[in-house]
Amino acid sequence: MARVLVGCKRVIDYAVKIRVKPDKTGVVKQNVKHSLNPFDEIAVEEAVRMKEKKIATEIVALSCGPSQCQETLRTALAMGADKAIHVEIPDKDYEHVTSLHVSKILAKAAKEINADVVIVGKQSIDDDSAQTAQMVAALLDWPQATFISKAEKVDNVLKITREIDGGLENITAKLPAVISADLRLNEPRYATLPNIMKAKKKPMEKKTPKDFEVDLSSRFDVISVVDPPSREAGVKVESVDDLVSKLKDAGVV
Amino acid sequence: MHYKNQFYYDNQQKFVMDILYRLSFCMNIFRGKAVTEQVFPFPAVDVLDEERKETLDALVDPVSKFFEEVNDAAKNDELEKIEDHTLEGLKELGAFGLQVPVDFGGIGLSNTQYARLVEIVGSHDLGVGIALGAHQSIGFKGITLFGNEEQKAKYLPKLAAGQEFAAYSLTEPASGSDANSIRTKAELSADGKHYVLNGSKIWISNGGIADIFTVFAKTPVKDSKTGDTKDKITAFIVERGFGGVSSGPPEKKMGIKCSNTAEVYFEDTKVPVENVLGGVGEGFKVAMMILNNGRFGMAAALSGTMKSCIAKAVDHAQNRKQFAKNIHEYGAIQEKIAEMVMRHYATESMAYMVAANMDKGAKEFQIEAAISKVYGSEAAWFCCDTAMQILGGMSYMKDTGLERVMRDLRIFRIFEGTNDILRLFVALTGIQYAGGHLRDVLAALKSPVSNPGLLVGKAVEKAKRSMGVVSPISVVGAHSELAAEADKLGTCIAMFGGSVEDLWQIVLLMTDLYSPSGRVGAVHLYFLIICSKQYEHGLFNFAERVSCFCFLDEQFLLWRIAEAAMDIYSMSAVISRCSAALTSGLPSSEHEKVICQTYVEKATQRVKDNLGELTSTPHQAIFKNMSLISKQTVANAGVIAQHPLGGSL
Repeated sequence: MARVLVGCKRVIDYAVKIRVKPDKTGVVKQNVKHSLNPFDEIAVEEAVRMKEKKIATEIVALSCGPSQCQETLRTALAMGADKAIHVEIPDKDYEHVTSLHVSKILAKAAKEINADVVIVGKQSIDDDSAQTAQMVAALLDWPQATFISKAEKVDNVLKITREIDGGLENITAKLPAVISADLRLNEPRYATLPNIMKAKKKPMEKKTPKDFEVDLSSRFDVISVVDPPSREAGVKVESVDDLVSKLKDAGVV
Repeated sequence: MHYKNQFYYDNQQKFVMDILYRLSFCMNIFRGKAVTEQVFPFPAVDVLDEERKETLDALVDPVSKFFEEVNDAAKNDELEKIEDHTLEGLKELGAFGLQVPVDFGGIGLSNTQYARLVEIVGSHDLGVGIALGAHQSIGFKGITLFGNEEQKAKYLPKLAAGQEFAAYSLTEPASGSDANSIRTKAELSADGKHYVLNGSKIWISNGGIADIFTVFAKTPVKDSKTGDTKDKITAFIVERGFGGVSSGPPEKKMGIKCSNTAEVYFEDTKVPVENVLGGVGEGFKVAMMILNNGRFGMAAALSGTMKSCIAKAVDHAQNRKQFAKNIHEYGAIQEKIAEMVMRHYATESMAYMVAANMDKGAKEFQIEAAISKVYGSEAAWFCCDTAMQILGGMSYMKDTGLERVMRDLRIFRIFEGTNDILRLFVALTGIQYAGGHLRDVLAALKSPVSNPGLLVGKAVEKAKRSMGVVSPISVVGAHSELAAEADKLGTCIAMFGGSVEDLWQIVLLMTDLYSPSGRVGAVHLYFLIICSKQYEHGLFNFAERVSCFCFLDEQFLLWRIAEAAMDIYSMSAVISRCSAALTSGLPSSEHEKVICQTYVEKATQRVKDNLGELTSTPHQAIFKNMSLISKQTVANAGVIAQHPLGGSL
């Protein structure tokens, strides 16, 4: 097996407190710290480990979005990816981009670079859709192994472990395949400073959705984005009677 | 570029002056001038080009993450060593060669980029900070600054990778602040191929673990003109493997425990002649240049420490309820938090101003760097102490983590030039520089009939000053919303220049008193002592200057001069940074403006007080008394006053 394609989404950093825009069209992204989606980081790490075990020869990282995505891709390159593809989508258009759009781009790219495995995080921590891997697999008509916690290659088959409710599920997937990384697949390494410096010299290809013949027109409208309602403080009741009367006051019994 | 200085009388002694001196803001306040090229606009704003900025952005995250998730400061403190896996992680991270050029295996960071990263280290673990700093900020800095290509190629790659550790070895049992008095000797072998090194060094950071030492030793040097042989300091790169190098056990310390400190001994160590660093007899310059170049990093690291102390204090003040209110609502707490924030702002502004000026090629920043170290170490101590006060009893508990920071911080006021000696350094360097520019006044004093008009004018100025009237000089470059602050800065600089001039007159007067040969002779003698000391590349013979002023017993005054200089520089850095914030409309600019206004107001007051004390009659009595109290106590080997309960209790 030769080539691994890894999806790298740029998301608002997990430590940032999310604020909704005053006009309710979305969340504030300007001047907010962004980083590589943590699950994608696990995906990159898995690819790098495959390369270290000599079951992969080349890792290509791909990210869709505004120009700052190149910083995200540099992180993947610093971790050990060999090259990067940045699919430039201006901020304005990126607002409407959905999992399907990205999946189409990933699928096309996988074909184009002759990938044997596509690895993505199980979900991104901003939209939490958790469907890109599945869609890519469908579009390519490849086997899919999602939410994986372990992967081993035996001959031309990936032996996969998935964490499911109440236990572990073992499956196999023939290559080429699409896999999505769950939290416990691995612990990603730190990008070291020398590697970050080296990453600056690694190749970064710039593309547009048009190059992949993907139509970005929106299939849905965002009506409104609002903060979750804040919880109000409760009260302690002295007795059952108190409780019942409070419930009655609240009109729930 | 060296320029012959014309003010000097003695033609035999060459007094050379680096033209770049004239650009140093701090040097020039000593002559009452506002030379603001290195202050306005805030140099840190544009010191990083796009690429360097991007690189830095990429580096900040992994370094922060490493210190948040891998490094355990409490554990390092407890074990009195950096945990093994952390040390390995630091090596992989590339933390041991941050400023080593990429060609030699380092990260190739500029001073500003380096400052930003050590700020992160400082906010988490000062012990690790010292281990890293002792290695690269001073340990092998001499090789990057003065090493030839062979020396760089031979040593830097392994040092940058952390495969070898470096240590700066200057201090000796009998030689601390007075670095010129070292006794370690290096003598050329008969065949001229190597030096034989003998001596011992104490309190060497990384001394027990280092493989490469920058060692300072006295070597006999023949003066080409006079033919006399004199002992001069030379710097050497010494490998532990050269033989005869041994080190003592790790010292038990109050803080920065995970950083190794040990004695180092050299016994007939053979050092090849090609390992001389920076030239034979040039060691004092090498030693001082290394320290000068490292000081900005301390200020940056300490600003990180202050930030984390403030975060702890604020978190507590916000959540702790006493007398039915969160304690941050009380004035006593508010004043503390505001003081911490202002001092942090000043430290951070100076650290990045010095770093940026160095990156922009400034050659003369020794006073500025010294001020940033003195101010930063005292501001950080204040912040930690104040944070502890806000947290109350909780802060005294080990788990809160502040007591460790306090123990770690204490050394910063002591090492790499004690704050006391650096204050004298600041005052003396500046005063001497001003002396050159005051030549007309001083010459007129020497012979009053030659230029009576000048003296009258100066006398009027002095009289006005003594009544608190100064004509402020204009400081150009501050944001229009900070015009009032710029005026205050201008007033301070004018007052300061005047005070330095007055001090020169006091000094001349005293020289007169001490000299039996009359006024003219005394002045001339004084000039011989003070001005004739040759300096190269901006380095005077500091020891001689100290002893000169000690003889005149002026340290009470010099201290206040240094205090005022520090306030003026910190004020200028604060105004400059705040101006930049206002100009670019940062979201925090209004907040910064309040900090700036308050800081400048308070600093101006301090400058006035300190300068006032130089000449006020009560203070002359105070200085005299303090000297007396000290002398008597020393003579008695302890306090003298009778016990309040009397008798021999």
